[in-house]
Amino acid sequence: MAKKLRSKKAVERSTNAVIYVILVVISIIWLVPFVFLVLQSLRGEPGATTNYFFPKQWTFDNYIRLFTNMGVSASTGEVVSTGSYNFMNWYGRTLLIAVCVTVIQTMIVLVTSYALSRLRFRMRKPLMNLMLILGMFPGFMSMTAMYFLLQLLGLTQNMSIVGLILVYVGSSCMGYYICKGFFDTIPKSLDEAARIDGASRHTVFFKIILPLSKPIIIYTILTAFMAPWGEYMFASLIANGNADYWNVAVGLRDMVQREQLTAYSDSFQRFCAAAVVVSLPITILFFLLQRYYVEGVTGGSVKG
Amino acid sequence: MINTEKSVITEIEYLGMSGWEKFRYNFVSFFKRLPVTFLRFFTVTIPALALRFWRAFLGIFRKIGIAAKNGDWKTRLSFVIMGFGQFTRGQVMRGLFYLLFEVLFILFMVFFGAGQLALFGGPGYTETTEAGWVIGPDGSEIYVQSAVGDNSLLVLLYGILTIFFIIAFVYAWYSNVKAAYFAQEMKEAGQRLPDARDDLHAFADSQYHKTLLAIPLLGLVIFTIFPIVFMVFIAFTNYDMEHMPPAHLFSWVGFENFRAVFGGSLSGGTQFGVVFGKILLWTVIWAFFATFSNYLLGMVVAIMINKKGIKLKKLWRTVLIMTVAVPQFVSLLLMSQMLGDYGIVNSLLQKWGLTSAPIHFLTDSMGAKVTIIVVNMWIGIPYTMLMVSGILMNIPADLYESARIDGASAIRQYFKITLPYVLHVTTPYLISNFVGNLNNFGVIYLLTGGAPVMTAVGTGGAGETDLLITWLYKLIMDKKLYGVASVISILMFLITGIISLVTYNRSASVKNEEDFM
Repeated sequence: MAKKLRSKKAVERSTNAVIYVILVVISIIWLVPFVFLVLQSLRGEPGATTNYFFPKQWTFDNYIRLFTNMGVSASTGEVVSTGSYNFMNWYGRTLLIAVCVTVIQTMIVLVTSYALSRLRFRMRKPLMNLMLILGMFPGFMSMTAMYFLLQLLGLTQNMSIVGLILVYVGSSCMGYYICKGFFDTIPKSLDEAARIDGASRHTVFFKIILPLSKPIIIYTILTAFMAPWGEYMFASLIANGNADYWNVAVGLRDMVQREQLTAYSDSFQRFCAAAVVVSLPITILFFLLQRYYVEGVTGGSVKG
Repeated sequence: MINTEKSVITEIEYLGMSGWEKFRYNFVSFFKRLPVTFLRFFTVTIPALALRFWRAFLGIFRKIGIAAKNGDWKTRLSFVIMGFGQFTRGQVMRGLFYLLFEVLFILFMVFFGAGQLALFGGPGYTETTEAGWVIGPDGSEIYVQSAVGDNSLLVLLYGILTIFFIIAFVYAWYSNVKAAYFAQEMKEAGQRLPDARDDLHAFADSQYHKTLLAIPLLGLVIFTIFPIVFMVFIAFTNYDMEHMPPAHLFSWVGFENFRAVFGGSLSGGTQFGVVFGKILLWTVIWAFFATFSNYLLGMVVAIMINKKGIKLKKLWRTVLIMTVAVPQFVSLLLMSQMLGDYGIVNSLLQKWGLTSAPIHFLTDSMGAKVTIIVVNMWIGIPYTMLMVSGILMNIPADLYESARIDGASAIRQYFKITLPYVLHVTTPYLISNFVGNLNNFGVIYLLTGGAPVMTAVGTGGAGETDLLITWLYKLIMDKKLYGVASVISILMFLITGIISLVTYNRSASVKNEEDFM
């Protein structure tokens, strides 16, 4: 009996060893690209690519050039201006858009979720089915139509920040699923007790439901804030190729296109620096609020 | 539900299955049911919906008829002067709103809408002409002034807006008639009518949904429904490179674009339909592998991290979450650079002497497809890991306890408890994830941009790794084939829409059954 127990323990230990090895390998695979990104942003040697992992010259020049709109010309090796390539402009625009979208989208999602979760009206079921079906339409196709609409309202080009905010929040009520799922779990008896005491539905929403919904509010804010940073399709469409009106996703993609890589010998390094500058605040924010994100993802998936 | 199967099983047999068998049964029957459901959609669902709409329509007319028959002169006058009924019965605010809306609508139609609608119907608009000398009818040269014609894009846009406005007006008119008759009946029954203060209070209580949903739904109409209607109309026009307003106008062409997609060819060469089929096939294959590779491997990783006795759980989880925390476009662009023909991975491999020539991770048809799926795993596994970790903690511990007492091995416990539980709970997620992957623009566009380009001529710039959605992007951005692109998006809409309708019903039924354990 004792022997059997010991062998069982040995099996357990070897399984754990295998798992540790796998986890270490996975961690390396997951981390190496990001380490590479940071290293490349600090690389002093010119050229888009090297055949070694660690830079030979360490420098912050890539960051400095990124913020001052300079680049190293590939043909002459001199530091020249990159023209309308203004990273700080892209960054500021994207930040402004992200903040506005966060505020408006959070309100819309909360309000829609409450209405669909707690209020009963004739069009409730048809409305939910309609939103489900509308969500299936390839979003990009409606974007061309929206582009014409915004052009008509004069919200492209130099007004494109307003245009982009409108487009991003325009259909945000369709993302009510997870939030509604959370509201559904709040006991109905709370509402009823308040209603008996004479509270209106409006009061119930603000005084009872919202104070209980901190996790899902933070989840909504977090996802709403993160989405505009990576939006590529409409941002590129609305800017119409004019670099002054890009957001970071469009700008960064252009930095690693062939034209840029051949024109500037430090385009890739500046891209890495820009990627670090863009990712760092978002990553920190994410890790701070991670708990709420995990709650949202888990809860949302379980309730469908 | 179950009876539509060829291999019919009874309810009792179904309930007798283990969780794993149930999942497999549901999974297989889902794909078996797809064609049947596709047919049912057209033969049952749509007619049923049409019937319901028709009944609702008749109901509206009946109500209007009753109001016209039994209404007094105040109610009847409301048919023409909106809000009159409310106005004369003390509901001043309501009446004013109805009246204001009617006046606005009439002004809009007279000065703008009617003219736009007339243009909308046909090619009645004038082309833009440039200044220059043309040969006149009598053979002599005459100088023509430049003239700005009607921009057919704007005509279409305004036309649809006008139609939307008319629909809104008809609805307001109907609700006005209904409310006027209701007010009359209330008065006759001797009951007090709600005044302005009651109405305001109702908007915070019994009618609160209207207050809450007004702005979200306005956004939905303007930014989702309107663009979809617009694109459906575009599908019936010849809007392309040669017909770019305002210089060259486009006009209605009927089903020409549908014919081009299904049988015709695009600027000679390969048939358009063949390219469409090819891309559709890859889209489905991609969605399948992308969904299930992430799901299964993510689950394995989650189980490994959550295994009893594994230390540093938080560290492993944090490392993996990096790809969730860093904006996806950064990760994708970085990967596309690292895996390029001259990227760091290839240079290192060559330096170490592992390969002599660069491996075409992203530039070879087959290689790119594999790379995309692998990179997508790198991005997607952490999501599944996070989700499954949460679910694993919810599995009742006594299940494992009793299994251990019965002498079940760890592997047996995994297949009999863990896997069925997780599968059961996450089936809805799995299916919605599949549908989402059908339209996954970012991964493809930022990694390969659809490359390598198909070699056959006349493919509309389609690449081997293009999904339908990225192909659409190219058709519009590079080729300006708006008409054809609209047809393709309508087809995509039908395909994904039906798949998700089927899955929605299925997952709803799964959810309601509560059949685990």
